Amino acid sequence: MRFLSLASRNLKEIYRDPLSIAFGVAMPAVFLILFISISKNAPIGIFTANGLTPAVAVFSFGFLTLFSAMLLAKDRESAFLTRLLTTPLTSLDFISAYILPFLPIAVLQITICFSIGSFYGVTINSNLLFAIIIIFTMALGCIGLGMIIGSLFTEKQAPGVSSIVIVFISIFGGCWMDLKMVGGIFGTIGYTLPFAYAIDAARAVLNGSGFFDIVTDFYWVLGYTLIFFFVGIFCFRWRTKG
Amino acid sequence: MSNHEGENEYAIKTFGLTKTFGSRKAVDEINLAVKKGDVFSLIGPNGAGKTTIIKMLSCLLKPTVGTATIMNYDIKKNYSEVKRIIDVSPQETAIACHLTAWENLILMGGVNGLKKQETEKRAKKLIKLMGLTQRANEQVQKFSGGMQRRLSIAMALISDPPVLFLDEPTLGLDPQARRAIWEQIEHLKGEKTIILTTHYLEEADALADRVAIIRQGTIIAEGTPQELKENVYGMQTMIIKGQNIITADIQGLKKIYPNITVIDGGIKIEAQELIFDEIVDYLRSEGVKIEWISMKEPSLDDVYLRLTGEGVN
Repeated sequence: MRFLSLASRNLKEIYRDPLSIAFGVAMPAVFLILFISISKNAPIGIFTANGLTPAVAVFSFGFLTLFSAMLLAKDRESAFLTRLLTTPLTSLDFISAYILPFLPIAVLQITICFSIGSFYGVTINSNLLFAIIIIFTMALGCIGLGMIIGSLFTEKQAPGVSSIVIVFISIFGGCWMDLKMVGGIFGTIGYTLPFAYAIDAARAVLNGSGFFDIVTDFYWVLGYTLIFFFVGIFCFRWRTKG
Repeated sequence: MSNHEGENEYAIKTFGLTKTFGSRKAVDEINLAVKKGDVFSLIGPNGAGKTTIIKMLSCLLKPTVGTATIMNYDIKKNYSEVKRIIDVSPQETAIACHLTAWENLILMGGVNGLKKQETEKRAKKLIKLMGLTQRANEQVQKFSGGMQRRLSIAMALISDPPVLFLDEPTLGLDPQARRAIWEQIEHLKGEKTIILTTHYLEEADALADRVAIIRQGTIIAEGTPQELKENVYGMQTMIIKGQNIITADIQGLKKIYPNITVIDGGIKIEAQELIFDEIVDYLRSEGVKIEWISMKEPSLDDVYLRLTGEGVN
């Protein structure tokens, strides 16, 4: 279980950087409280606890992309990864070690968002589990996306590119607006990417739809997650092949 | 196991090791044999191919042509086995900045598959050996460059590898930090086979059992530092400063030692063998008042200069 040593190091690298926690966990929580409070007097459509909770959760996964890209790019450039590549670690060990540490952070983000959401009125029923499954799948996709960025870009470029992803999630995920209503180029781009599907599906199940009602949306999310992962693994192996 | 007939006394053997990047040959048909327990130094200027050799030997780069064996394991066919018996301290300091020195060592033990107890035991020993005891539990991003480099070397030692690659271990360090690292390498002499790349020639002179001088990817000379000085440079130098040294004295000496140059306030004599008494007696008999004499042994710098016509740095 050599990869666990590296995974544990990667986790420490993340949580020992206070900005990571501030941006990845605290900021989305503040956003959620703020937006729910602002829209308290007009709780319609997406501006309800059921609408905002999945949106802020998916928005916060943009930071998973940022952290995972930064960690990988930094290691690649600092020769730390070179050192590790001379050890008996296999490709699978590396990939596991760079994915695993982000899972507890994703779980923490989801837990915080849904805890706050439930305090403000997110419907607690069996559908909550479906929403969490969809959202968690999107979190995995964002980690995979981070691997792609971290493998392809330098330590200085990776944060910039990841920030674009965060903005994309925010705009084209339909976090703060109903993409179906906006339509046009926003709608077209939004529904080509997985983020809007993840948010829509989670909103729908929280509002009472069954899992089979949103299964197509879920497949979009799952498909993109698999693509991000395979491309991420390919890029990582390509960049570390020498 | 490899098919190459690696004799047991050799830890590393290379067979026409070549690496090409596009049309540029970074390493060209290197043939080396490094005995177990030796410190073998690769010296040469930046871009000579030293790091590329290390990268091929540590399975980070595939040779374009040729191969090598490490403890009889072929680097092309048995890279998993090779990775278990080597460790590398890369040219750049390769440490995890947010971890403590202790955690960095435990991490390297873990990724090398050591048991926790064994790792901790070795980590304690290495922390002490590298003089990091006082700051073992501090995040290493606060360490000085010298301390980080010592930790980087310790991380390469945690798995107790029989073969160790130290790529420019003292690059950019101050003389005190460099000396501290030399001491640690000297401790390891005889226990581990060490490939040490450097472009500090005095470092190779002080530490290496054997030296290979590399230029543009090829080995241009190889031997012990003493052999290289004797065989390649083969010159002794004497500098004499004094009063009343006149042209006539120099001409007289030139009959025995033709290679004499006038320097500020004196002369410099170079020859394969200089007889101290003969020179001093001659100059005194000619009325020269000698104030200062220096006999200079050739250094690897001289060897390098002779071989390449340029300084290594």
